[in-house]
Amino acid sequence: MAERSFKAEVEHLKLGAGETFTGEGILAITKALLESGVGYVGGYQGAPISHLMDVLADAEELLGELGVRFEANANEAAAAAMLAASVHYPIRGAVTFKGPVGVNVASDALANLSSSGVTGGAMVIVGEDYGEGSSIMQERSHPFAMKAQMWLLDPRPNLPSIVKMVSDGFDLSEASNTPVMLMVRIRSCHVTGSFTTRDNQRPKLTVREALAAPRSDFARVVLPPMSYAHEQDKVKNRWPAAEKFIQDRGLNEFFGPKDAGFGIIVQGGMYNSLIRALQRLGLADIYGNTEVPLYVLNVTYPLISSQFLEFCEGKDHVLVVEEGQPEFIETQLGSFLYRAGSGVKLHGKNIFPMAGEYTGAVMLDAVESFLRTAAPSLLPAAVRAPNIDRPEIPDLSKTVPIRPPGFCTGCPERPIFAAMKLVEKELGKHQIAADIGCHLFASLPPFEIGGATMGYGLGPAANGAFDGGGDKRAVAIIGDGGFWHNGLSSSFTNMAFNKSDGVAIIVDNYYSAATGGQDVMSSRADNATKATKNPIAKALNGIGIDWVRQIDRTYDVAKMRDTIREALTTPEKGPKVIVASSECMLNRQRREKPLAQKAIKEGRRVEAPRFGIDEAVCTGDHACIRLSGCPSLSLKRLDDPLRDDPVASIDQSCVGCGNCGEVADAAVLCPSFYRADVVHNPSVWEKRMASLRARIIGWLQARRDARRLSFAPTFLDGAAE
Amino acid sequence: MTLHQALDPRPQDPKMGGIIKLALLAVGGQGGGVLTGWIEDLARANGYAAQATSVAGVAQRTGATVYYVEMAPAGAGTPIFSLMPAAGDVDIMITAEMMEAGRSILRGFVTPDRTTLITSTHRALAVSEKMVPGDGIASSAEVMAAAEVAARRLIAADFDALALKAGSVISASLFGALAGSEALPFPRAAFEAAIRAGGKGVEPSLRAFDVGYKAAQEGAAAPVAAAEKPKPGTARGPARLMADWQALEARAARLPGEAAAMAGAGLKKVVEFQDLAYGRAYLTRVETVLAADRAPFDLTREAAKYIANAMAYDDIIRVADQKTRAGRMARISREMGAKDRNVMQVTEFLHPRAEELVSLLPAKMGARWAANTDRMALVDRLFNKGRRLRTDSLRGFLMLHVLGGLKGWRLKTLRHAEEQAHLDRWLATAMGYLPQNYDLAVEVIRCRRLVKGYSDTHARGLSKFDRVLTAIALVKDRDDAPQWAARLREAALKDEEGKALDGAIATIRSFL
Repeated sequence: MAERSFKAEVEHLKLGAGETFTGEGILAITKALLESGVGYVGGYQGAPISHLMDVLADAEELLGELGVRFEANANEAAAAAMLAASVHYPIRGAVTFKGPVGVNVASDALANLSSSGVTGGAMVIVGEDYGEGSSIMQERSHPFAMKAQMWLLDPRPNLPSIVKMVSDGFDLSEASNTPVMLMVRIRSCHVTGSFTTRDNQRPKLTVREALAAPRSDFARVVLPPMSYAHEQDKVKNRWPAAEKFIQDRGLNEFFGPKDAGFGIIVQGGMYNSLIRALQRLGLADIYGNTEVPLYVLNVTYPLISSQFLEFCEGKDHVLVVEEGQPEFIETQLGSFLYRAGSGVKLHGKNIFPMAGEYTGAVMLDAVESFLRTAAPSLLPAAVRAPNIDRPEIPDLSKTVPIRPPGFCTGCPERPIFAAMKLVEKELGKHQIAADIGCHLFASLPPFEIGGATMGYGLGPAANGAFDGGGDKRAVAIIGDGGFWHNGLSSSFTNMAFNKSDGVAIIVDNYYSAATGGQDVMSSRADNATKATKNPIAKALNGIGIDWVRQIDRTYDVAKMRDTIREALTTPEKGPKVIVASSECMLNRQRREKPLAQKAIKEGRRVEAPRFGIDEAVCTGDHACIRLSGCPSLSLKRLDDPLRDDPVASIDQSCVGCGNCGEVADAAVLCPSFYRADVVHNPSVWEKRMASLRARIIGWLQARRDARRLSFAPTFLDGAAE
Repeated sequence: MTLHQALDPRPQDPKMGGIIKLALLAVGGQGGGVLTGWIEDLARANGYAAQATSVAGVAQRTGATVYYVEMAPAGAGTPIFSLMPAAGDVDIMITAEMMEAGRSILRGFVTPDRTTLITSTHRALAVSEKMVPGDGIASSAEVMAAAEVAARRLIAADFDALALKAGSVISASLFGALAGSEALPFPRAAFEAAIRAGGKGVEPSLRAFDVGYKAAQEGAAAPVAAAEKPKPGTARGPARLMADWQALEARAARLPGEAAAMAGAGLKKVVEFQDLAYGRAYLTRVETVLAADRAPFDLTREAAKYIANAMAYDDIIRVADQKTRAGRMARISREMGAKDRNVMQVTEFLHPRAEELVSLLPAKMGARWAANTDRMALVDRLFNKGRRLRTDSLRGFLMLHVLGGLKGWRLKTLRHAEEQAHLDRWLATAMGYLPQNYDLAVEVIRCRRLVKGYSDTHARGLSKFDRVLTAIALVKDRDDAPQWAARLREAALKDEEGKALDGAIATIRSFL
């Protein structure tokens, strides 16, 4: 069950010729795939293309009607390998994953696919996760396209351009027998807009039909000497064909006047940011009509020398807008100019920062700086003359705290790391390798557990050097998503085969939670089209790992702590694996909340738990927070002159997961926490007994209060008035 | 609400054709996506071309997320909108939390020539603020001061509390504030239509929209937090005690200046902790300090505060008493939103260790037991485990009620003897500095703040207290000794392990 349901949006995918689609970029791409007669689709979820996978999953019925096969692939490598169907068969296929990490995982398959070449159009939709909000290392997918010689499409970030590029991309792929990569940046995936739809096309040949009439041609197999021929074919035939197609179809675009002595070359995806800078400089209008010549690279690989040189003709200065590093495009364009003996001055990373996102401010500064050199007369007076006086804005850089992502309220991973922290207090710091997934938030305060992540499914493998053991055991953490993505083979068979003495903790939250709650092999959910409910422990036993502890309620901090301690101290040799299972709270709430509300409405008995803190008992040391970091566990300042420090406080967002109480108990913190269960629709008997008890308790309290002084309202009995 | 006209608006470039740029900075779970959707639908329904983007990904967990909307009157062509807000180029900045307002100012999204800043003043504390053992909460006042300067127009209110009161979430009250700001060229009804068109939770959203709208239009009259301040406690009890109490209260009131109010609060705390006699002992201690003090009596005021805290230490008896007081259940059930038709169960999480149990024994016997490791281990084996008590049940309540009634016994216990000794040592140390350095004596009194918590936390606090006092002794003869004392104390409150304190002590040792 994915985080967001696209059932309603899927209806938009059925729109026919001449109708208007309005919505998000990701959905537009899905619609464009159907309009292009795609025969199979697949991929692996991850920001920013998770929703593309979710849309496809929700659209399975429609895909079925059209004869389109959908696979939720085990990982990106599996997704890329699936494109093999387009090698021999004239079937269009598309897969999606995030770039560049997904491309890293898929690179083996992509390189082989590129070498073989394709008959049907093959497209990899890469969600370029770069810049603000990115959750991965800051790298580019671009060099993968270059080294495998796949064509890289980077359309202008508006729905009509993106949709057109999907369809053109398939044509390009087929015209040049080469797979293509369609790169969509993080914001273009979520950008909203409209485009005019076409009818969905059934694939000319479906995968079922292809299975009935199998084909093979050993010339397409990547084996010598055919692989040598493939390389020659790439350079001699496919590349020129691609260049011709790109020019004939006009995939790259030109804007602005032809006769200026300067111009700007821009990646398609950066076009809107560039136009905004020009708009702010008074050099473009709202519709993008500009006084600056622009060469928009909707295809950023291959670059076409002749087209570029033609653009440069009569110009003295050109600027390349290329986000990220290294500057592949600029370098290539520079060598085009050099080979042509051109005197045009090429600007790019000498003006733009080498690293980092091209934000609005960066773009404005760079374009302005370029124009000062290339065309100073063009700049408006306001820009040429320095700024008007502005009031000094106080510096808040020391005031505003950073807000890194963390575990959600009630997250079942929190108690696992609270338990680990408790074990660390007993046994000292350990070597800890982490993986990819929500659990990686544990490396941030307040837990600060784990010091490395080497990639998805590679957590335990990253401890390989320590497999031999030593004074202390190395610990690896991996999620269930990582386990099934690549972890079982790369990490756990590695541990088992090398007789690792390490400890691995598998954080099993029933979903691929960090990417939006998609089902995995071990999910507990019923899934009509996928095989779920395959226990991780069974897989571990299958590869010969016998020291496996299955914990079915991670909130039991004491048990978690004791199990981790046992794994770290047991004399038993070999891999020790703890499977810590509890459902992702986001998904659980989404599922259970409506059911509970319904039950309350129908008059059934429901207990709604939530935690609270006795302010008078809390001393304001915040040890509980250092073992939790729960968003609902916060602080509040008391209006008490005797108190210096704010006390802990739990807000209404508490879901009553129990972590606070368990931690207070296991870590022997303090007695301030209480859990209140509000019982909805109690039975008559229950209600009568409760009121009887309350009367007796009230009598005891009144009796005591009659013999002493009390001060109303103190912070504890504030309700007395 | 604060309205602030910082500068004349910069004239719009006519070529930009009136693109309105709106950015929204929200924390995960605040409904930023919903609000963005409403704004977008509102624009489209009113003849505008609009584009929205966001960066979701992991930021949607608990991090801050930027949503961005651009709109312009629909015309002949398709406007080219930007996909991200740019510093110095945002017309309307909405921030759903006070520090996010600060972040938007830091990032340059709020500028005096154009930006209307609509912000909620409430705080969602970041982990870095919460985990500090002392007070790590960032200053909202600093952000507000910067907002006054940075924004062309500032609309600030606790939109979170307003929404909660209306039974909805902050996205709806902020949408109301956006309408009320009149920064967008659409009438109120058009905003409400967007909510209705959304179709989810329409009624509560409209209620929150309304209060948000009014807050922006008229100014949020009374800050919501003010209404919930606890009133100063008035004494209740049997007449014979009340007479004695009034005498004590009058005695505290006779203390000079601010010390009187502090001693009044302190007196309540210690009398509630024990009894009137204990209160008398408290006042005597404070008056002893006063005898050596001089105007403006800072020492007495601080002593009144920290002696009360030291005397009302956190033992099992106090915890049990607090958890069984009249009115607690009513307060909890109100906080939990329980209705009369519901039943409420309350579970306490207690984990007494041998140390706490033995500290309840008579002082001499307790000290003997505590020194005997085998015996302590035995007590731990028998009693040291997490206990969950239901204080809504008779059994659980009675157990704590009886414990909470052991005040008569308390003064004989080991814990009390230890606390008394510690208090006397600390006061003696502070008063010892008085003749040579008044301010240093005040600072040493304030170091009592370091002692807090239960079990290990309490032990850690005590050890920090000891280390700070030892370090203070090293610099006691310097003129800047009070500053060092304050610095040491603040350092000790920065982190759990005492790294900052180690650093401060190392610095002191470096110049000795």
